[in-house]
Amino acid sequence: MNRLFVRRAGQHVTRSLFGPNASRLPQVTCVRDACCKDEYSLIDHKFDAIVIGAGGAGMRAGFGLAEKGFQTAIISKLFPTRSHTVAAQGGVNAALSNMDKDDWKYHFYDTVKGSDWLGDQNAIHYMCREAEKAVCELDMYGMPFSRKPDGKIYQRPFGGQTLDYGKGGVARRACACADRTGHALIHTLYGQTLKHSDSCHYFVDYFVLDLIMSQGACVGCLAWKLDDGTFHRFLAKNTVVAAGGCGRVYFSTTAGHTCTGDGNAWVSRQELPLMDMEFVQFHPTGIYGAGCLITEGVRGEGGFFLNCKGERFMERYAPKAKDLASRDVVARAMTMEVLAGNGCGPLKDHVHLQLHHIDAKIIKQRLPGIMVTARIFAKVDVTKEPVPVLPTVHYNMGGIPTDYKGRVVTIDENGKEQVVKGLYSCGETSCASVHGANRLGANSLLDLIIFGRVCALDIAANSCPGDKPPQVEDKATEKSLDNFKRLRCADGCIPTAALRMELQRTMTKHAAVFREGKLLKEGLLKVAELCEQFKDIKTTDRTMVWNSNLVETLELQNMLANAVHIITAMENRKESRGSHAREDFKTRVDELDYGAPLAGQKKKPFEEHWRKHTMTFALGNKGCASIKYRPVVDTTLDSSVAPIPPAPRTY
Amino acid sequence: MLATEARQILIRVGSLVARNQMRAISNGTAQLEQQAQPKEAQEPQIKKFEIYRWNPDNAGEKPYMQTYEVDLRECGPMVLDALIKIKNEMDPTLTFRRSCREGICGSCAMNIGGTNTLACISKIDINTSKSLKVYPLPHMYVVRDLVPDMNNFYEQYRNIQPWLQRKNEAGEKKGKAQYLQSVEDRSKLDGLYECILCACCSTSCPSYWWNAEKYLGPAVLMQAYRWIIDSRDENSAERLNKLKDPFSVYRCHTIMNCTRTCPKGLNPGRAIAEIKKLLSGLASKPAPKLETAALHK
Repeated sequence: MNRLFVRRAGQHVTRSLFGPNASRLPQVTCVRDACCKDEYSLIDHKFDAIVIGAGGAGMRAGFGLAEKGFQTAIISKLFPTRSHTVAAQGGVNAALSNMDKDDWKYHFYDTVKGSDWLGDQNAIHYMCREAEKAVCELDMYGMPFSRKPDGKIYQRPFGGQTLDYGKGGVARRACACADRTGHALIHTLYGQTLKHSDSCHYFVDYFVLDLIMSQGACVGCLAWKLDDGTFHRFLAKNTVVAAGGCGRVYFSTTAGHTCTGDGNAWVSRQELPLMDMEFVQFHPTGIYGAGCLITEGVRGEGGFFLNCKGERFMERYAPKAKDLASRDVVARAMTMEVLAGNGCGPLKDHVHLQLHHIDAKIIKQRLPGIMVTARIFAKVDVTKEPVPVLPTVHYNMGGIPTDYKGRVVTIDENGKEQVVKGLYSCGETSCASVHGANRLGANSLLDLIIFGRVCALDIAANSCPGDKPPQVEDKATEKSLDNFKRLRCADGCIPTAALRMELQRTMTKHAAVFREGKLLKEGLLKVAELCEQFKDIKTTDRTMVWNSNLVETLELQNMLANAVHIITAMENRKESRGSHAREDFKTRVDELDYGAPLAGQKKKPFEEHWRKHTMTFALGNKGCASIKYRPVVDTTLDSSVAPIPPAPRTY
Repeated sequence: MLATEARQILIRVGSLVARNQMRAISNGTAQLEQQAQPKEAQEPQIKKFEIYRWNPDNAGEKPYMQTYEVDLRECGPMVLDALIKIKNEMDPTLTFRRSCREGICGSCAMNIGGTNTLACISKIDINTSKSLKVYPLPHMYVVRDLVPDMNNFYEQYRNIQPWLQRKNEAGEKKGKAQYLQSVEDRSKLDGLYECILCACCSTSCPSYWWNAEKYLGPAVLMQAYRWIIDSRDENSAERLNKLKDPFSVYRCHTIMNCTRTCPKGLNPGRAIAEIKKLLSGLASKPAPKLETAALHK
């Protein structure tokens, strides 16, 4: 066996040093003597900054750094335009006032309310204030926004968006490219990174195994190149993690196969916390069965839900906003209709989304993508029939905790907040926390470009191109490589696909729209058991080139880490807030009862209320996590907008 | 409030069994249970899949076709569902790219039953008397199994400079104002910008097979045209100039395999014809209907 490895190692060296790929490896500073190279030896790359993940946030951070003169490595397991940002449909929020007299302060109010007062108001302030600028920048990059007759960007209504602090009716705020906004965005951003290709260096089809830490600071990452099976250490003073969400821990999800929460897992393995992982958003309109996304823009353009009686049930649950209430509210309402026996279909287990009352021409013009998706995956013609839909796992509000500048934070032994040196995070994998307990539609694309950009700006403000990358001991990657070697040769009893299915079934069963203590506790034990079973995993493929069996196994390891955080945090939070709806704790527990007059009320101490962020720390690979808390930031950046005090949340 | 209503409904539902059943229905696990049930009552419907295999890591191995038998009754409707089923249950070494599974990311482009298309939106032919052959995209270097080397294709895409170019960018207020673009001018991008760079069209083109190094191919040319015709872009002349040689555009002989095969229903052949018209002077780019930088002043 060993001799085989050595011989093959020779092959790799030849290919990577002298083959056609050699010219595509910039900045190889330390390639060891080829004769003594074993299969697991490392090729080093030194850069001014590293971005891991090439979705919307990663690419925005990448060329933001390049603009400032930083030699940047963008490392991704996928070609950039295959990242899941591409699947976003509806739009990106910015108060441009193209349709109505809008103000970013209204957007600020909506986002704070949408977060069920769990969002950090300084970060929300920053995002909403910068939104207009960010969207105009996209226009200048050439993003093909749909247009109004006067030539300005077309904006459509989206859930939870209102004018005049909730008093002025529905706001048309989501800037759209038909129903392919994410696709248009990701191709536009990819173009910008190509424009800066002097400084943006892509490493595509590289699977990152782990971050490299040295004395509490992040100094880079270790990656496995799928094309030829070589290992690469990327070293830089600053690393941005933008690796996307972990929708795939569930069975039915709008997320692609690639959304396995790798970023969360890398950070979690460095004994750093994840924040608010219990907040998993269910999108009201996943296609029944297939799980493919149907944009909220359908309802923005006038679509609505019907139950089996043909009744527009959202009128009962959200009299004002109706079908355009925020996603958590709509998803719960749909679930309750189904529970009450009003579901559609032979199993009475879904509801209908109707849009055929809208002019077919408008549908063709503004929603061409979902016409095709519904035809292929639900076999319906949306201009004639309703689409069967079901709330489907869609987005992780939680993730790697950061401040509003994208710097990753942790909590030390004394309970004090600490910035982790050299580590930034943006996109779905991060938690700034602008979405709090529930994200509003069309705020995620905004999150990507705002916080991708701010990561680049903050790195540029605190470092210089050419700063010496930190020294790293050879030992730093030992653990990840050992793990890799073990999994490559793993010959246990449970194949990767079987364990993954078990995990997805467990999460779907135990951590759904409505959650309940007993079920969550069972789920918690089950997930811990699955983590234990992972030690008995079986991989079949022993080769090194594009070993997708091993990639999926490493991804499963990451998904298990995510699942532990999610279900621990869910079981722990004993209240209902935003997307976290507990059947056994049905009310929101704030420091005061904001539904009643505040005069004479005494503030509950920090330990007794739930308006605080959950910080979960994984305990090794034991399948369990410990919990700390972080207060919600209730102050804004400056006096241009006043903080919004909590209030009962109705739509 | 929602919460109280939920409680009432649940009380009405009554027994714990019924309640669990309802919950299973509401969160989608009912479907899941259903899928997990063995379908004993039904006859299996076995379809043969013949799949191209090659792994460079197995020294001396030549490419070969491997046959898998899939029961269509226990498999999703798309070819990608079958590939995943094979990988999950029969042969974890089978390797292919996939990501979004809804036809928007372009990862799973491959040659299925003789046609370049996306596995995720390509329905399995349920006629079980014929096997289905699956190959990687034709005339591409193969990295392994169904994974082709796309680097040349991506490099060509980079060469057409797929970003907006303005003459007076420095004079415009970055991030302060939008450009103006009339609905009509914007509609010229429809049918172009939707391209997902899956390379189905380029790799179906005989001209591209012969001259992949020098001929840009339909996908990349369509994107070239997307930027040339964008009313906001002011570098159309330079863009066209870069294409003026015997190979970049003119290796297109209007074979139209590109348009026939495009899984997104786009028409790269037409875009190339438009470029030829612009290059030959038969047509010229119309002036923008609205002054694009009006709001920057």
